[in-house]
Amino acid sequence: MLQYEVTFIVDPVLSGDEIKSTAQTYEDLLKDNGAKMVHNDNMGLKQLAYPIKKRTSGVYFSFEYQVENGSIIPMVELALKRDERILRFLTVKLDKHGIKYNEDKRNGLIGKKKSKVSEEIKEEKKKEGVKTEPKKPAAKASSSEEE
Amino acid sequence: MASRDDIKFLSNPNIGSQRKKYCRFRKYGIKHIDYRDPDFLLQFINEQGKILPRRITGNSLKYQKKVAVAIKRARHLAMLPYVTDLLK
Repeated sequence: MLQYEVTFIVDPVLSGDEIKSTAQTYEDLLKDNGAKMVHNDNMGLKQLAYPIKKRTSGVYFSFEYQVENGSIIPMVELALKRDERILRFLTVKLDKHGIKYNEDKRNGLIGKKKSKVSEEIKEEKKKEGVKTEPKKPAAKASSSEEE
Repeated sequence: MASRDDIKFLSNPNIGSQRKKYCRFRKYGIKHIDYRDPDFLLQFINEQGKILPRRITGNSLKYQKKVAVAIKRARHLAMLPYVTDLLK
């Protein structure tokens, strides 16, 4: 199985429903051709660094999907190219580090330097949180009584 | 009277000695550079939007190449500018 990621920018002039339906079209197109969707990410409206087709902002979407081979890529890219609602698109093949990075990002681990360390920290925090939470309200309550 | 030991510290001995540069990707074990994270990539470009050389960033060759690819992808998706002024 190969994992790919396609990011594209949808014209922001369209209404919210049209933007969603545009993204849905490509999700369906991928699914109909045997792709297994891993993750759909709506990155929202962002300012473009430079104007494209006289638009200064765009709605970013990112689809991550698995396919047996890359034979559907040219077909999907052609569809994106012909679509006037799409400002830009980019298909990238993910290596094992990319797959892991995206998984970590989804689980909220990115932003810390080491994913393994941050996992451990999170687990510790969870344990601590369970222990400390019941104590804190009690302490607050006792202090308020004293006041 | 200042003794010889005191005079030794009148000038900072660290002035002029450069801090050793290192590759942050190797040091912190970052394996993948995301092209959809323009704020991170901003560290590797100058204020004109040009990619900084390895001798300034300290990246190892392997990761400098990956940074360059990520920046070029981000530029294509209009997350970073191709040409600009006063970016920072």
